[in-house]
Amino acid sequence: MKRLLFLVPIAALFAVLAVFALGLSHDPSNITSVLIDKPLPAFVLPAVRDRQSLASADFKGEPMLLNVFASWCVSCRLEHGLLLQLKQEGVVIQGLDWKDEAADGARYLADNGDPYVKAGNDQSGRTGIDLGVAGVPETFVVDRKGRVRYKFIGPIAAQDWEDTLKPLLARLRSET
Amino acid sequence: MRSLVALMFLLFAAPAFAVLPSEQLADPKLEARARAISAELRCVVCQNQTIDDSDAELAHDLRVLLRQRLMAGDSDEQAKAFIANRYGDYVLLRPPFETETLLLWLGPFLVLAGGGVGVGIYLKRRREGEAMALTAEEQARLDQLLKEDVA
Repeated sequence: MKRLLFLVPIAALFAVLAVFALGLSHDPSNITSVLIDKPLPAFVLPAVRDRQSLASADFKGEPMLLNVFASWCVSCRLEHGLLLQLKQEGVVIQGLDWKDEAADGARYLADNGDPYVKAGNDQSGRTGIDLGVAGVPETFVVDRKGRVRYKFIGPIAAQDWEDTLKPLLARLRSET
Repeated sequence: MRSLVALMFLLFAAPAFAVLPSEQLADPKLEARARAISAELRCVVCQNQTIDDSDAELAHDLRVLLRQRLMAGDSDEQAKAFIANRYGDYVLLRPPFETETLLLWLGPFLVLAGGGVGVGIYLKRRREGEAMALTAEEQARLDQLLKEDVA
């Protein structure tokens, strides 16, 4: 028994290594939103040209996505095709054009297609800060009562939609 | 000579600050408070920098916002909470002491206590070893050996 005592520090070392390995697999840019299960902060934003303006009060009745984008955002273009496809499938997506000129946002939508029901322009970025936005793209899943239920950081890949967002939206639709 | 000139230039060079002159408040007292608070807030874009250090645009926005809050009469704590309420306690480089951070704050003391117990046990054993006196038989054998050695 006493002879095996030398194993204790070795076991402790491996335990520490396991914790470090877990830490390395954790993406530091994926910060949990403080808004989870809380209502969206109140905002009313002017329209991106030719679109209806967007307000926090618009998020009611059915679960929706709030997609934060910008015309200067490169990785937003990666998910744009998927967003257009989701619109075809009947997913309600609202757009928030963050730290961008409304005219630039409008041109971006005219050039690349428009997946949004409504799109608001947040030129100062102040509404984005209220939402805890650290960068674009970010996508909030908002339930039918206007509460944030999930925040996706970065461009949504088809796999992310299938694995995470689609099942979540289906669950939120079944909530009364 | 040339290196001397280079050294002189270095001595006169002002350190680069992320905080732009246009952001700074006219009131030096308020500005000092803003600097102190922003040095304790993590920039969420470049995460190992404070918003005081960071050149990220969001850090600039947060510095301006922080100064607006102070101008509006917020206390240091209120201004800090204003940012933390939006980006989470994660941005506080000095994490608050609460149940979730208990291990973070007390962990080093736990490790110290664990090490202390280990050292205590080791020292106790060593002292016990010293204190153990030789039996008569052992003493006789020792004397014998020493005698042989001398001879």
